Formats: sequence, C-alpha cells, structure tokens
Amino acid sequence: MDRVETGRRGEDAAAAYLDRIGMTIIDRNWRCPAGEIDVVFLDGTTLVLCEVKTRTTDAKGSPEAAVTPQKQRRIARLAKAYLADAGAEPCAVRFDVISIRVLAEDRALLRHHRAAFTVDG
Amino acid sequence: MPQATVFAATIAGVEALPVEVQADVTSGLPGFGIVGLADTAVLEARDRVRSALRAAGFEFPNARVLVNLAPAPLRKHGTGFDLPIALAILTATRQIPAGLTAGSSAVGELALDGSVRSVAGTLAYALAAARCGHDLIGPGGALAAARAVEGLTCHRLDVLQELRTGFSALPVVAHYCSGGFTEPDLLDVAGHAGARRVLEVAAAGGHNLLMVGPPGSGKTLLARRLPGILPQLDDAERLASALVHSVAGLDEAPLLAGRRPFRAPHHTCSVAGLAGGGSPPRPGEMSLAHNGVLFLDELAEFSPSALQTLRQPMEDGSLTLVRAEGRVRYPARFTLVAAMNPCPCGFLGDPDRTCDCADGIIRRYNTRVGGPLMDRMDLVVRVDRIDPDLLLGAEQGESSSVVRERVLATREFACRRGGLSSGLSGAALLDACRLTGATSRLFTETARRHHFSGRAVTRVLRVARTLADMDAEKRVSAAHLAEAVGYRGWENR
Repeated sequence: MDRVETGRRGEDAAAAYLDRIGMTIIDRNWRCPAGEIDVVFLDGTTLVLCEVKTRTTDAKGSPEAAVTPQKQRRIARLAKAYLADAGAEPCAVRFDVISIRVLAEDRALLRHHRAAFTVDG
Repeated sequence: MPQATVFAATIAGVEALPVEVQADVTSGLPGFGIVGLADTAVLEARDRVRSALRAAGFEFPNARVLVNLAPAPLRKHGTGFDLPIALAILTATRQIPAGLTAGSSAVGELALDGSVRSVAGTLAYALAAARCGHDLIGPGGALAAARAVEGLTCHRLDVLQELRTGFSALPVVAHYCSGGFTEPDLLDVAGHAGARRVLEVAAAGGHNLLMVGPPGSGKTLLARRLPGILPQLDDAERLASALVHSVAGLDEAPLLAGRRPFRAPHHTCSVAGLAGGGSPPRPGEMSLAHNGVLFLDELAEFSPSALQTLRQPMEDGSLTLVRAEGRVRYPARFTLVAAMNPCPCGFLGDPDRTCDCADGIIRRYNTRVGGPLMDRMDLVVRVDRIDPDLLLGAEQGESSSVVRERVLATREFACRRGGLSSGLSGAALLDACRLTGATSRLFTETARRHHFSGRAVTRVLRVARTLADMDAEKRVSAAHLAEAVGYRGWENR
C-alpha cells in the first residue's frame, strides 16, 4: 500500500468516524493553490477545519506530532482562504486534528483532538 | 461584540504607569493575540492564562481573542499582566460579572494551576492604583506591602477559583509598625575615638565619609554601625526607599518598619550594578541605598568606570538612565561610606610596620579613585590598628543609643535652624553659617592656601555647619571651620 493510498484510506476512516459521532461533513479535500484542507465539518454551529494524519509506523513519531507549528500556520492561512471562498457568515471556527495509527490491515487507532491548536500572534 | 476593560500598570523606573487591558472576543479563527508593545514575558501570558483559566474551571473561549494594552506606545514589561488579562477575558465572555473588576486595578502572575503569584514592584502598583482612585486586586502575599499605602482598598485573590465566591476585602493598615529590628552596636567598638567622632558627624549631617587604614583595623566594623546611630526613616522616606526595593524585587518590609537601607556591594560590582540598568531597567545599589548608607569597602578595587558613576548622584540625589526604549529616573540620595587601604600592601604610614610598595604603585593605587570623587569626600579619617591592651580591656565604648540621642538632638537643632546642612548650598548655606568678618577672612585665606575648589568650599562649610549644630551654636566659629578643613582628605594629602 503506497503513501497516497494510506492517506486516502485514513481520510475515509476519519470521515466515517465523524459521521458516526453525528457531525455534518461539508467538504472533503478542499483545494486551493496554497494547499488542501482534509475535512470540513459542522459541530453544532461551529465550523471545524480538520487535518487528518495517518501513519503506519511510529518511526518518525506519532501522527499528530507531524502537525508542526509551521503546518498549523499553513492550515490557518488555508482557513482564511476557505472562509473567503465559502462566503461563510461570521461563526465560531475550530481547528481539529485526527490522527490515525494503522496497526494492521483491518485495525487502526484513531485519536480526535478537538481544538488542537489556535492561531496566536 | 463582547469586550471588557480591566486596569493594570507597568513599571517604569520606580513608578507604575497605568495601563488599560482591553479584551475583545470575536468569532473567527481561534487564536490569542496580544498587541501594545508587550515584551516577551507579557506575550508568554497567553499560555499561562489559557492553562490557568481551564485549571480554575473556567472556559477559554474558542474564538478570536485579542488583547490590547493601552496606551500603545508605552512599552509593557513583566508577568504582572497575567491576572488583568485573565480578568478581562473572563469579563468579556461573561464568566464573571462586569461589576467584579470595575474600578479596580489588578496585578499578579498566574501559575498553570490557577493560583496567583506576586510580582516585583507591588508597592509601585499600589501607589498607581491609589493615584487613579482604584482598588487593587492581587495575591495576599503581595498585598502585605500594598497596605502601607493610605486610603487604598485591597482585594485579595490567591487562586482564580475564588472569583466564583467573590473577594475578601483586606483590612487597611495605613501605618506600618515601627521597629522590630536591631542594628550592630557601637558598644562593640573599642578605642577609635577619632573615627567615632567622624562617624557621628557623618550621621548628624549626612556627610560622605572615607576611612583609610591598614587591613583589619576596624573600618568595616565602624561602617556597619552607622545605620544604628541614624534616626529611623520617617513616613515619606519609608515609602520612597521601600518603593525602590519593591521594584527591584527585594523585601521591603524592614524599610517600611523604618530601618535605613545599608547596601554594601562587592568591589567587583559593575556599572549597571551600581547605577542600575538592564532591560527592563532595574535600580542599582545607589538607588537601593536611597535614604540610607552605601558602603563601598576596598574603594580602590572598584572599577574606575563604576566609581565615576557615583559622582552625579552624589550631587543630585537621583540619577537618570537614558536608554533606547526611554528614560527612567531613580532616586539615589545616600550617605557614602567608603573604606580603603592607604596602599596595596596596606601598611603605608603605619607606625610599627613598614610598607614595601614602590612609590609608583602607591601613586597608581591612589589615582584609581580619582580627584573628582575624592573632592566629594567630606570627611576623610585615618583608622589605625588599635593596641591589643585596649582591644582586650574591659572598657567599652559609648553605645549606639547614646550616640543616636545626640545625633537626633543635632538634627532637631538643624531643622529648627533651617534644615540639614547637606541640603544647603550657595547663599542659603552662607546665610546659615553666619560667619563673622574675621572668621570669614580666615577661611578665605585657608581656602586659597589649600587651593580649594568651589565645591570644596561648599562642602567644608556644610561640615562646619554640622559641627556647629552638634554644639547647638547658631554661628559657625573658626574652631568648627578648622575641624572641618582638617577632615578634608583630598587637599591634605
């Protein structure tokens, strides 16, 4: 299974999980020239921008550790672009991270970090 | 839009300048920003406030939080902004009622568990709050000093959790209890009649004093006994001196109880250590000795550049640091007591031991202190080793309390006459001396013979005025002048 395939299956698993816990998924793999937002969903009235990170080994650290401050800033920039593009009403926004550690072909550990980071400055 | 304002302050010099902490909580990308020329310690408040609020059971808003510190051009220092920022956010998000912080200034650093810690300079914050007509919110430990400020209501907040139950108002104590400390006593000093006399003159008039003598002759012993023969700090002095200590993060309680500061920096002290400096600026030893004694042991071993910083404060009673980020003024009215050896080996002029320093070395040693500083030494006294018989004999010297009574009487006489002589100059000084024509002529002649500078003339007259005060004489006599001239070291060398 190559890296792209791993990532795609991880995002599917994350979407299935979000659906199961009652979230309303609005967008998947929203793209713009600056990059991609994996999943956008509504938690009640809060708009949540979610990064999904999938890993098959811990050799390079846990999946969530890959969401570095640089990556957080990049996601924040994407968020501004998304909000402008979607023409969304002013609303509460949150950044989540879903980390998936693949344990076997049919088993994985999923962690959902609500409000994983904020954009300070 | 949910907004709230809480009052705070930032330290500049020994003063706290009022700052408004405005919090604005809006929807948008979640984040926490602080604007308004905040230094690193203030910016770090973001993480402390976030954790402390959660630990105290409050909610940190999942929204765009913007904190503005106004006025914007003023540079803000320190961790004391943690508490006002937290209170502003809690008020803006309606987690606490707006009335809770209205009309109050807040100061305190937050720990991650929600407890509030005291910060340096509480007394300055308290004075700033009182000036603005605010109450002060802060941790109990810090408010001990704030209670010295008359008319200030303090609200104690030791952990953020207490915000749910409301503050407990602290009883106001306008005046600190005096005393409760002991100074080294002159009783322990055997012999040294001359040095004792000079120490008393220094205490009576607030004159600078240099003791020169071989190692182990008792210079330090004598210097440590000067605070014990000085009057206790009066109310205004207490606050002024305690303020400097508070801003420097030192214990101000002894000063508020009336104890004169006695600062004895080591001779490796740097320019910034003596004069103050750093970023943000902190007061130096000269300012910490405000209204007290600055003792410089081994004067010639201090770096020349550090010594020369003494000159201006010795004249003005204050010093102004000018830095890129602005200027700060620190008070520095101190009595300088210095001690040094006559030469590097220490035995020059000793009747029993020979000095084996080369002439050039002695000259170089003496020039380290330099003319301008020596010129400001009102009283120079030689402190010689004393005879072992005297040292081990049963005879004790006068006790500090006896000497202090005399010093108090002298100061009272001086005040009735028109003020301590160390504060007089020019026409007022001449007027206070009331020299007769003959005495005046004699002094002019002496001054010419000794090549006195204008400053030297002023300083000799001041000492003479103090000597006359000690005798409760309204007029300075030739004998007073002669004794005062005898204490001049610079021209007599």
